[in-house]
Parts: sequence; C-alpha cells; structure tokens
Amino acid sequence: MKPPKFEYRAARTVEEAVSLLQEAGEDAKILAGGQSLVPMLNFRLTRPSHLIDINKVSELDYIREKDGKLAIGALTRERTIERSALVRQKFPLLTEATEWIGHVQIRNRGTIGGSVAHADPASEYPALVVLSDAELTIQGPDGSRTTTWDEFFVTYLTTSLQPFEVLTELRFPLPKPGSGYAFVELARRHGDFALVGCAAQVTMNGKGTCQEARLALIGVGPFPHRSPDAEAMLKGQKLTDKLISEAGQKISEEVEPEGDMHASTEYRRAMSKVFTERALKKALSRVQGGK
Amino acid sequence: MSMHSISLTINGKKFEGQAEARKLLSDFIREDIGLTGTHVGCEHGMCGACTVFIDGVGVRSCLTFAVQADGTSIETVESLAKDGKLSPLQEAFWENHGLQCGFCTPGMLICAEELLRENKNPTEQEVRLAISGNLCRCTGYHHIVLSILAAAKKLQGAAQAA
Ligand SMILES: Cc1cc2nc3c(=O)[nH]c(=O)nc-3n(C[C@H](O)[C@H](O)[C@H](O)COP(=O)(O)OP(=O)(O)OC[C@H]3O[C@@H](n4cnc5c(N)ncnc54)[C@H](O)[C@@H]3O)c2cc1C
Ligand code: FES
Ligand code: FES
Repeated sequence: MKPPKFEYRAARTVEEAVSLLQEAGEDAKILAGGQSLVPMLNFRLTRPSHLIDINKVSELDYIREKDGKLAIGALTRERTIERSALVRQKFPLLTEATEWIGHVQIRNRGTIGGSVAHADPASEYPALVVLSDAELTIQGPDGSRTTTWDEFFVTYLTTSLQPFEVLTELRFPLPKPGSGYAFVELARRHGDFALVGCAAQVTMNGKGTCQEARLALIGVGPFPHRSPDAEAMLKGQKLTDKLISEAGQKISEEVEPEGDMHASTEYRRAMSKVFTERALKKALSRVQGGK
Repeated sequence: MSMHSISLTINGKKFEGQAEARKLLSDFIREDIGLTGTHVGCEHGMCGACTVFIDGVGVRSCLTFAVQADGTSIETVESLAKDGKLSPLQEAFWENHGLQCGFCTPGMLICAEELLRENKNPTEQEVRLAISGNLCRCTGYHHIVLSILAAAKKLQGAAQAA
C-alpha cells in the first residue's frame, strides 16, 4: 500500500530536530533509517501528522571509546557498526548481534537508535542494551537526560520516550578482561526476526570460576528478558554443563512468551532453555580462547 | 499537502521533479522518472525487488521517500548495461538461467552488484547471504547463485586481462 499523507521536515542538528518536533506537535514522528517506520506507514498502521527526518543529523553518527564505554550515536547505521574494527575489537558481541539483523540493504539504512526506539521484542540491539546495562542519552526541549533499560522499555513497541524527545547516544560498558560472548538465535530463515534469541556474556577468572554472567533473551516477552536469578546461580561457580542446564531451566520457567502462527508459547519456552544453554556454552568457549 | 522539489542524478543524468512527501522513491522512479526496471513487490522491505543504489549504497526504494533522495545520485538496474551491451553480471544471469519471469531480477542484480563491488571473490555462502533479503518465486535460487558466482569469475578474468 501507500503511506498516508504527512508533512515532511528535515533537521540538520539535534537541537533543530527537537524544535521541529515541538512545532509539529504531538503527532509527529522521527524518521531515521525508515526500515521499521516506513513499512508501518505503508500498511497505514500509523498516521503521523509530520515526519522529522534526522538522516542529515551527522552529529549523531559516530562510534567512540570513552571512559571504558563504547559510545554510539543514535543515527549510526547498523552496517557501520557491523564493519567497525573498534566494535569488533572492543565489544564483539555487538558485531555478532548486528550480523543477525535483516539483510545488507536493511542494515545499510537501519540505525541503532531507530532499532532501540522502535523496541521490537525480537530485535537484537535492545537485548544488548539490557544485557550490558547501557546508558541511553535522550535530548528534549528541557535539555538532556540519561536513562537505562529498566526505565526505557515499557512494553511491546513502547518506550518511555516522550513526544518531543530524541534518543541521541547509547553507551555500552565494555566487557571486562576474561570475558566471552555469544549471540545465538532461532529464526525461520537467516535475516528473519528471531523466534527466540539469547545474548550471553560471561567473565571468568584465571581459575575457571565465573565472576559475572549476563544474559538477555529476545522473542520471549514484551522486551528483552534479563534474569538476576539465573545470573546469580552462575556467579562464583564453575560453569559445568549441569549448572548451565539449570540456568536454562530457570529462565524457561520465568519467561512468558506469546505464541503466534510461527511458534507456540510452549515451543518458545522450551527453546529459551536450549538457546540459553547454547549461548552460555559458546560464550564460555570463547573465553578459553576457542572461537 | 505541500509539494517538494526534487533534483537528483539518475543513472548519470540530471532529473528535476516535484513530489508529495509521501511519495515513495520506488514510485517516483517508475512514475515520474519513467524507469520501470525497478520492480515493486511488497512495499515493506521483504522482497528486495525495488533495491537501487543511492550514492553507491544499496537500499530498498519502497522504504525511502522521494524527498529524501533530493541531491543524491541514484543507480537503477537500467544503469548496468552500457551502450546496449549487457554487463558481465547480466550476461552471467542470461547464460546460467538466473531468471525465469524476471520479476525479482532487478533487485537480485543490484544486490549482486553491491556484493561484487566489495568482494571480488565471494564464496557460495557469501552469495547466498547477499541475496538473502530477495524473494524469487520461480528459480529456487540455485541458478541465481550460480549466475553470481559465474559473474565473479568473468570479472576476475577481465581484471587479469586488463
Ligand atoms: C526486511 C526487514 C528485516 C528486518 N530484520 C530485522 C532483524 O532481524 N532484527 C532487527 O532488529 N531489526 C530488523 N529489521 C528492522 C531494522 O533493524 C530497523 O532498521 C530498525 O528496527 C529501526 O531502525 P530505523 O533507523 O530504520 O528506524 P525508523 O524505522 O526510522 O524508526 C523506527 C521508530 O523509532 C523512532 N526513532 C528512530 N530514531 C529515533 C531517535 N533517534 N530518537 C527517538 N525515536 C527514534 C521512529 O520515530 C520510529 O517510531 C528489519 C527490517 C526489514 C525491513
Ligand atoms: S517492494 Fe521494496 S522490498 Fe519489496
Ligand atoms: S524469476 Fe520469477 S520471481 Fe525470480
């Protein structure tokens, strides 16, 4: 189908984007890569009065290392992240997550800020925001504020972003030395949205004891699922197959996936265990130097 | 609704036109510019048939508004053949049965072109990933993959000869 009518304005700076949003009123929307918003417009699932295009806001397109964190501008394209040597070196979990997103031509346009603001329950980037307790910087009419996932994600496709606010930066704390990572997922075809996916990051000390485990699952609830209990089971322990299986079991009991035509609730629940186990084992193998 | 003036380069030629904000680039290319090589299958990013280059980057023209292409340089499938002669990639599709009805072909060609511009010697797996976002209802994909691999060989041969 064709999109409904709207007015179009392009911003060149964040400040201008915020003031254009204010001028346009509460029914305006930001247009970033358009890879989620334009399909919704074409299906007329949304009817914004205005689109404020931020594609020319080049000040939001960067990847930098800053104070032990990886700071990424909201307009940075998924393809730029995928190809970034800095990301691959410092936070390879982000590279691996990116490779799961759609296809080259989708990643050429799609942005990290758009993905996180869109908050699809099966999207990869929100999982990493949750897993690493990333800081999100948001600019609005009254200046800027910083938040984290527990305040940001509200429910399916819904965040705490207010009408005139722009997500500007995401800051991911870098994994500590001795860490391994994995992003594994179950999808019908490569590039499709995940039915179930799991991101894992484990940090081991020299004696083979787990100092920290972080897990985030997608496709099993309104936004990525973090499990303090499963993480606590792993912390301070040797990561045996038995313990990993128990952590997977714990998570499968916690999650509340909705079933759809592609996968039932029961199936997603069962797969949340399987994919937690696979993610943890793969992450562990990467700490030990294997790949 | 206000109209927007759009001036862009299409396959090396200047074009100036006007469009409502909601006009998709795919429709602008087909209806206003009059180049119907770019096909429209799904209008939600799923089939890949509408893929074009904007400033050298492959994008879905059904997920881009024409106003966003103001000031850019666009290449469509019509840019591949030069002086009426098929490009090596197009030739390879011809020779290897890389198309049947031809509906998906413009998108397949642009995505393959994007792959081959960056990767002169792709593996079969890399070829399959490169067209993973493109749907074909006829060929079963196998001959499209063979065509792209054959095109890579042709281009390598041409580069060595030069
Ligand atoms: C065929 C196809 C396959 C895909 N597969 C996947 C996949 O496997 N995994 C995945 O994660 N994604 C997938 N996507 C979605 C893709 O990653 C999108 O690019 C992404 O979800 C949204 O980013 P965007 O920049 O395109 O945002 P847009 O579509 O432009 O915007 C999305 C929403 O976020 C808002 N927004 C955007 N930027 C900001 C900002 N800076 N501040 C505040 N609000 C903002 C917009 O107003 C809009 O509501 C797929 C898309 C397609 C078409
Ligand atoms: S028409 Fe654009 S992807 Fe199908
Ligand atoms: S050749 Fe008919 S859709 Fe591909």
